[in-house]
Amino acid sequence: MQIAVLSGKGGTGKTTVSTNLAKLINVRYIDCDVEEPNGFIFLKPEGIKSQEVSIPVPYVDEDKCTHCKKCIDICQFNALVHTNKVILFEKLCHGCGACRAVCPTMAITEKDRPIGKIEVGYNGDMECLGGTLNVTEPMAGPIISKLKSMIDDKTTILDCSPGSSCNVVKPLLGVDYAVLVTEPTEFGLHDLKIAVELVRKMDIPFGVVINRLSQEDNTTSRYLKDENINIVGTIPFDRNIAVMYSKGELLINDDKYKKLFTDITHNIEEAIGCSL
Amino acid sequence: MQLVIISGKGGTGKTTVAASFAYLSENSIKCDCDVDASNLHIVLGGEDIKSEPYLGAKVAHVDKDKCTLCRACEDMCRYDAIKDGVVAELKCEGCAACTVVCPNNAITMEDEVTGDTIITKSSTGILSRAQMIVGAEGSGKLVTDVRKNALDYGTKDDFYLLDGTPGVGCAVLASVTGCDMALMIVEPSQSGLNDFKRVLSVVEYFEIKPLVCINKYDINEDVTADIVDFCKDKNIDLIGKIPFDSTVEKSINELKPIVVYDDSIAGKEIKKIWKTVNSYL
Ligand code: SF4
Ligand code: SF4
Repeated sequence: MQIAVLSGKGGTGKTTVSTNLAKLINVRYIDCDVEEPNGFIFLKPEGIKSQEVSIPVPYVDEDKCTHCKKCIDICQFNALVHTNKVILFEKLCHGCGACRAVCPTMAITEKDRPIGKIEVGYNGDMECLGGTLNVTEPMAGPIISKLKSMIDDKTTILDCSPGSSCNVVKPLLGVDYAVLVTEPTEFGLHDLKIAVELVRKMDIPFGVVINRLSQEDNTTSRYLKDENINIVGTIPFDRNIAVMYSKGELLINDDKYKKLFTDITHNIEEAIGCSL
Repeated sequence: MQLVIISGKGGTGKTTVAASFAYLSENSIKCDCDVDASNLHIVLGGEDIKSEPYLGAKVAHVDKDKCTLCRACEDMCRYDAIKDGVVAELKCEGCAACTVVCPNNAITMEDEVTGDTIITKSSTGILSRAQMIVGAEGSGKLVTDVRKNALDYGTKDDFYLLDGTPGVGCAVLASVTGCDMALMIVEPSQSGLNDFKRVLSVVEYFEIKPLVCINKYDINEDVTADIVDFCKDKNIDLIGKIPFDSTVEKSINELKPIVVYDDSIAGKEIKKIWKTVNSYL
């Protein structure tokens, strides 16, 4: 069972929901937000083992190259240029292997180029995985795919990247349920609609958590009602929560807030029709 | 002069500051580089005067009549995007490797619309923005286009205000590169500090003048002190500390920049920060 937590945009409380939920039900947690991973700040896993993530990039053997420029033509990402030899712009390369496949003289081999790392550690017996993209590296995709490939069918909470681009699609592939975290503001609603569109497009059943709720009746809850979308929980607008967050503390350490996450868990269980 | 406002992560108050700056800098040309979920136009209002579909990606297309299900493409594809002659569009990176190995020439690459680029005429001037189709590939290229479109409405000497993208990936690299100054909005939390350090490395990498302001500084004065020390150590100009102010929530709901609320303590500080920014221009 894979449950993804996403938000359309950052800062809505995605990491708060996913870390607290994962700890409460004691299941595997994965931080897929490899551009800005923060889940470990709250879960503080120990015994961390780290492994590098690389992508294969082409290496041209000049003795074999006949300067046919077929590799330059095939590269869809403009990563190769030809001056008097073939030059690679590493950061544009997606590691797809098209250039190597197209080369008639087999002048192209591949070398691994590191772009980030994956860390695995434990909070109690709870497994925590996270990836980190090296700063100034553009491509988060391969790290997310690698993280996804490391899990089995044990229940897993995936903390996704903000936004709705390809980096959110990758963790969402194959998940069973999605929790969309939103704020009851106009911005929040705008971003929520984008997230809803994405999970609908991918045919993933979902529910919404409204964070920083100060008024029961607001445009977000009205939208959810009109659209017949299930609200699986709410978290109040509370300065104390912001303070706990700023210190890197889990909210479930406080009984008052623990109840909120117990409710969210029950509602998700009801929605998916099995216990977590 | 191009100033980009970035934050490492969303939710740190970047749009609050960006919308205020947009309002205060009447003659600037604005770009919303957050193409995943652009918000600036919601506050600034105005009218869309131009909108164009953006062909940002390619996707493999299999001609069923030619395909013999030999699976050469399946073996080749590193993204697991093609199975039994059917392309999973969400997985396809558009790399065209499959076209190379297909013995029957059954695969072609087709352009895909990944969003729209939009020019909005707001009461405070031109805003260049985009709306990406959900789940699309290549937001970095789209950001580059948003910035290019803005240049059509001004000269090199004009002031460009860019609302940057969260994160440190391709979209951020595209919104930061070539700017003269970057204002980083930092939130005083453990994760905020973490995000700030990462995004600072991006700014340093591109050799852009870094400026820092702390938002909701009074939420955690300990971390605020850490950020202040960190900036001092690194010789980075810390140009403001915005207090927690519940009027900000109100301003977001009323879709107005916080600086129009005269009694807002956050608004006052942002006005001061704007003045300081101007002294660098
Ligand atoms: S591996 Fe793919 S992206 Fe990289 S240079 Fe070759 S064709 Fe271009
Ligand atoms: S274009 Fe690339 S990603 Fe798409 S199916 Fe072909 S080999 Fe796979």
